Amino acid sequence: MVKMTDLPTKGGFSFDLCTRNQMLLDKGVQMPPFRKTGTTIVGLVFQDGVVLGADTRATEGPIVADKNCEKIHFMAPNIYCCGAGTAADTEAVTDMVSSQLQLHRYATGRESRVVTALTLLKSHLFSYQGHVSAALVLGGVDVTGPHLHTVYPHGSTDTLPFATMGSGSLAAMSVFESKYREGLTREEGIELVAEAICAGIFNDLGSGSNVDVCVITKGQTEYLRNYQLPNPRTYISSKGYSFVKGQTEVLSTKITPIQSKVQTVEGGDAMEE
Amino acid sequence: MSIFEYNGSALVAMVGKNCFAIASDRRLGVQLQTVATDFQRVFKIHDRLYIGLSGLATDAQTMYQKLVFRHKLYQLREERDMKPQTFASLVSALLYEKRFGPFFCQPVIAGLGDNDEPFICTMDCLGAKELAKDFVVSGTASESLYGACESMYKPDMEPEELFETISQALLSSVDRDCLSGWGGYVLLVYAALLTPTEVQEKILKGRMD
Repeated sequence: MVKMTDLPTKGGFSFDLCTRNQMLLDKGVQMPPFRKTGTTIVGLVFQDGVVLGADTRATEGPIVADKNCEKIHFMAPNIYCCGAGTAADTEAVTDMVSSQLQLHRYATGRESRVVTALTLLKSHLFSYQGHVSAALVLGGVDVTGPHLHTVYPHGSTDTLPFATMGSGSLAAMSVFESKYREGLTREEGIELVAEAICAGIFNDLGSGSNVDVCVITKGQTEYLRNYQLPNPRTYISSKGYSFVKGQTEVLSTKITPIQSKVQTVEGGDAMEE
Repeated sequence: MSIFEYNGSALVAMVGKNCFAIASDRRLGVQLQTVATDFQRVFKIHDRLYIGLSGLATDAQTMYQKLVFRHKLYQLREERDMKPQTFASLVSALLYEKRFGPFFCQPVIAGLGDNDEPFICTMDCLGAKELAKDFVVSGTASESLYGACESMYKPDMEPEELFETISQALLSSVDRDCLSGWGGYVLLVYAALLTPTEVQEKILKGRMD
């Protein structure tokens, strides 16, 4: 029987290489470390809406892979989601649910609700029994008011007035537990979130670099990327390295000019009926 | 022994002023024995887009073949080349599809996007994208490469200076890694304002041990 060529699949996971990988594991080969977002992610509800916060360090084993990554993901114009755990899983799951929410908005003609995002996330994560390692803090404001939820990798959720997740969650929670109260103003909320993230950045080794904040209120969302930069790079040599041209020994060179192709205009005229 | 240390590799990409450079080592080994000293790790997708694949060499080659296949289909449908950002999403999706039985390769993507804006990005073997504005590294020598690039990189370098910097960063890092080295290969794409865009490929002389 002729095997089908590898046509673009209809979506979902493919388990083709599992047998081979299991064989490698049996031979004593170790699986590589995936990029994780060690992370401190937090959220709190204030009087007008929800504030979400996250640090910006991505780790690969003990090494910092990205010093300024984005952990606050867009779900809907009024809903954002912070992600901790395996970076590929948090990105893929939030992208997928964000697309599903947009299709749902087109179908219903209404603004997305936070519980819709929550149900889509928890049912996906539960069906993979925790193997999709994404721990999320989901927050947003919809017609029913402000909402804040945490989602665990196995699919359980909590609804809370303030929440923290990730390796730095204990450091951040200590700040929230001492200073949180109901009816915070916007400035107080942002400051408290920034303080909680800083606690994670300075005390947890898996979190670091900068503070990202996202403020969601009814009708308006503000994504404050790099709201605080408490770890500037101050140890650069002012002279820097300057290499003399021709310092590197080159064995052979090949130079190819590129012919510029005809540019097609994207968009153009709309199709006629 | 980690699966990534079976063949050994070193990859780095850097952004300069209207140019980008992607460099790799040339060794192919089977654990500690060297099998080839002219192994290609940087592949062309189209004139303005290149991908380097580190990690297990067989997975890198398979991944490259799948990507060329998908890009050719895209070219037939869209009648144009893929933008680097779109390509990065494609690579990420292909890797994440194999989430529970992954390809053991870590791509480094470098290309010129709209308005000849240089674009670089790297991913782990599951497809978690990292978009950087300065440099990205991958391979067994990645820890040394992080250090070398952090110290040697400067923003807005001209093509000649970028070539020297990326070469020195690569050569000094692979010296500290047994599994990579045996020469270097640097590909630099420069989009000048008046002269046509040109691609420079250079083979570097390095320590052969």
